[in-house]
Amino acid sequence: MSTDVHAEAQVHDHGHGTAGDHSHGTRSDLWIGFAASVVLTALPFWLVMSGTLDKQVTALVIMAVAALQVVVHMVYFLHMNTRSEGGWSMMALIFTIIVVVIALSGSLWVMQHLTTNMMPMHEMSPAP
Amino acid sequence: MTIAMGSMKAGEPVFYVVDEHEHAEGHSTMLGFWIYLMSDCLIFAMLFAVYGVLGGKYAAGPAPKDLFDLSLVAVNTTFLLLSSLTYGLAMLAMGQSRVGAMMAWLVVTGLFGLGFLGIELSEFAHMIHEGATPQRSAFLSSFFTLVGTHGLHVTFGLIWLVTLIVQVRLHGLIESNRRRLFCLSMFWHFLDVIWIGVFTVVYLMGMLR
Amino acid sequence: MVDTHDLTRLIFGRLTLESLPLHEPIIVGTFAVVALGGIALLGAVTYFRLWAYLWREWFTSVDHKRIGIMYMVLGIVMLLRGFADALMMRMQQAMAFNGSEGFLPAHHYDQVFTAHGVIMIFFVAMPLVTGLMNFVVPLQIGARDVSFPFLNNFSFWMTVGGAVLVMASLFIGEFARTGWLAYPPLSNLAYSPDVGVDYYIWGLQVAGVGTTLSGINLICTIVKMRAPGMTMMRMPVFTWTSLCTNVLIVASFPVLTAVLALLSLDRYVGTNFFTNDFGGDPMMYVNLIWIWGHPEVYILVLPAFGIFSEVTSTFSGKRLFGYTSMVYATVVITILSYLVWLHHFFTMGSGASVNSFFGITTMIISIPTGAKMFNWLFTMYRGRIRFELPMMWTVAFMLTFVIGGMTGVLLAVPPADFVLHNSLFLVAHFHNVIIGGVLFGLFAGIGYWFPKAFGFKLDVFWGKLSFWFWVVGFYLAFMPLYVLGLMGVTRRLRVFDDPSLQIWFVIAGIGALLIACGIACFLIQIAVSVLRREKLADVTGDPWDARTLEWATSSPPPAYNFAFTPVVHDNDAWWDMKRRGYARPLAGFKAIHMPSNTGTGVILAGLATAMAFGLIWYIWWLAGVSFIALLAVAIRHTFNYHQSFNIPADEVVRTERARTELLAGAKS
Repeated sequence: MSTDVHAEAQVHDHGHGTAGDHSHGTRSDLWIGFAASVVLTALPFWLVMSGTLDKQVTALVIMAVAALQVVVHMVYFLHMNTRSEGGWSMMALIFTIIVVVIALSGSLWVMQHLTTNMMPMHEMSPAP
Repeated sequence: MTIAMGSMKAGEPVFYVVDEHEHAEGHSTMLGFWIYLMSDCLIFAMLFAVYGVLGGKYAAGPAPKDLFDLSLVAVNTTFLLLSSLTYGLAMLAMGQSRVGAMMAWLVVTGLFGLGFLGIELSEFAHMIHEGATPQRSAFLSSFFTLVGTHGLHVTFGLIWLVTLIVQVRLHGLIESNRRRLFCLSMFWHFLDVIWIGVFTVVYLMGMLR
Repeated sequence: MVDTHDLTRLIFGRLTLESLPLHEPIIVGTFAVVALGGIALLGAVTYFRLWAYLWREWFTSVDHKRIGIMYMVLGIVMLLRGFADALMMRMQQAMAFNGSEGFLPAHHYDQVFTAHGVIMIFFVAMPLVTGLMNFVVPLQIGARDVSFPFLNNFSFWMTVGGAVLVMASLFIGEFARTGWLAYPPLSNLAYSPDVGVDYYIWGLQVAGVGTTLSGINLICTIVKMRAPGMTMMRMPVFTWTSLCTNVLIVASFPVLTAVLALLSLDRYVGTNFFTNDFGGDPMMYVNLIWIWGHPEVYILVLPAFGIFSEVTSTFSGKRLFGYTSMVYATVVITILSYLVWLHHFFTMGSGASVNSFFGITTMIISIPTGAKMFNWLFTMYRGRIRFELPMMWTVAFMLTFVIGGMTGVLLAVPPADFVLHNSLFLVAHFHNVIIGGVLFGLFAGIGYWFPKAFGFKLDVFWGKLSFWFWVVGFYLAFMPLYVLGLMGVTRRLRVFDDPSLQIWFVIAGIGALLIACGIACFLIQIAVSVLRREKLADVTGDPWDARTLEWATSSPPPAYNFAFTPVVHDNDAWWDMKRRGYARPLAGFKAIHMPSNTGTGVILAGLATAMAFGLIWYIWWLAGVSFIALLAVAIRHTFNYHQSFNIPADEVVRTERARTELLAGAKS
């Protein structure tokens, strides 16, 4: 493992003076990430396909597991950390998450209120 | 980096760099590509928002339960996850400058990608055959667009992958090619992250409706 | 017969001879003028054998300064088109009383107001803002170019491609008749079956790609290429506002891309996103497009704020008051601009809780803006103010923008908005902030940086004339609209019943004519300045005794900007260098590594435009062929690994020696 890191650091030093800036991770990182993703993928599929828990709980659990899996991918596959690119990658990611959360939750909130207020009573489709 | 003296006297402020260290070529590429991915992420966010608002508007047409085959989605998810793993292995091989191993892993990644696309297209074909076309309801419009846009990204990823395989063959693992392979790796892993959202929100949540 | 018909459809899609608006005398007249002007221009370029020069030195240039200047030219040319539309609307509305139908038929008038909005925002304000950022930012941070020079050239040509499509709609087919945001269901195929909305969609999509890419490019440039010593909190304010603007661009234009893509799916594939049937929801379009639309407002105005900051501190001879608060205000505006979008459609019916939330966030956003206003005032306070043209524009801005801001806060109150929504009060408000904020800022910026770009100042007499025509014209044109709006007149009306309103429209029309004089004076100002360039020349490179790094190099700057990368010790780096006895380096020059010019950007953008044209007219073969060619050329480009060259050391020596001589001449 350590030789991997060493070889890589050399490649980077050769290229530009930013060794470790965007590391490709180590073999163990990759396998940890993969194992975690397998578990985090299999769990929600199993929950939904078997119907063990009731729907509300399942929904909450699979959303939480998905969020966790996104974090796992970010850390172990995309090698996100606070150091890469002098912290700017992380900054960009945080800003994007803020905008995505605002736009997504805002749209759902706004449109749900609109539907409640403006749609006729004999709405045929069930609300999401 | 040596810095010039503004004048001969010691202790004077220095105002310019004399012995300049050129910005290495492609010094901004990683950051630039990451920012591009963030902007792409926003496109997907909008498609998710649309799906969130319109995903329940079946217009008396088919609902997720009538259409989705979870075991097929599970296979597809596995393909994409495995392709992420194999791309990671390719990048490790690149780190050790083992060109042959890297190329082999890239080809495997490409095959998983193709498999993913094949399953997705057959799923689409099946749905359209059943009459569940994108025109049928707002739910289906947003379903096909969200999943299709992801598929389109995978397609472009494959085109890019082939291009890079050719370029590595032509020029070997030179610095520019390493940088490009690294960008594609970010793109590929990013698509896998988006897919987590897709299978959770569209397929799994859809089956719970 | 049937066969030939099918064949023409295959070749030309829905493009037929009837698509040419030969029956509209106004358009035919315009076409004649444009065609004559165009032939004269092309003839002149050919006569003076300028094609090769233009292609080599400008069109294919990856130099951020040249690209910036080309953006400015594009913006000014499009300003003429957009303003012609404005003038037509003002004339129509001043005439159409007492049973008169005015001179514009409804079909044409609706295109005019749509084109006016689209052109002014996307092809005037955006290119001018992007152009200034492109030109100034690398110089201000002591860099030699942007992070991705080729991408910069490509972005510019994509913007041109969008502009070409919008202009083409004037003579081939028609433009959208939907208003500048093309709300469905009106913009759906059912109600707008012709090509107008398609021109709108593809014009914006092509230009939008360019805008997004140039946003990424400038963010990377600012983050990665600052001169040593320039920490974030030592960046000039214009660079700060540019950074925030580009962050907004990258985080909002994808939204526009997505929502327009969904609209085009509705139109081309028959999906049901924004239709009235099958579960579609037109209000979702309104919601999404304003998630882009509100940040867009700040994309335009933040750079203007940056310009005013530079101008105020330079012409007051003082360090900017409250630099830190200025930076924080900018960042806060950047984030808050994502939290207010619903105020554009309070009347949609989301209810009291939603409306009050967005009403309050809207009012909050005026606080950082107000803080900026005080910063500028305190910078001027006890300063040695020189009322050069840029400073005059700044003062006009401060007065005008405060009025616009206050009417904005009025509109942010949901109950008041229920009365004023879509009225001329709203039209007056946003022209008040966009003209008073963005446009005045751009004029200040053009006057301020023109000598840097060309090596001579702009003529003051014609500049002052233009300034007064603009300012007086603006007040005459838009204050009446506030009055009319309060009386309940809605926007986009073509004819009026109540004759008592006419006087206000006539006053507004006179205002528009004064603005026309202002634009004419601006063009004359440029022409006069070019003719008198010897007299107006500035050889020092620092005609205003300014404070930031762009003034440390010559005017116009050499291709490599700085022979040696500057080292920064202070917020006002150049001021600091002057004060502490900076001596220009005279020896020890080295070869400088620079990117090479390439025609690929022009070709790619041309193909994208051809593809868009094919899609607009349903000429599927053209769209398909162009798309494949686009991919092929793009991939081909990546096979070229050598895209840079060295400026040899003796050329640097020669350039710098010429400057030394100029400087010596100026002193003696």
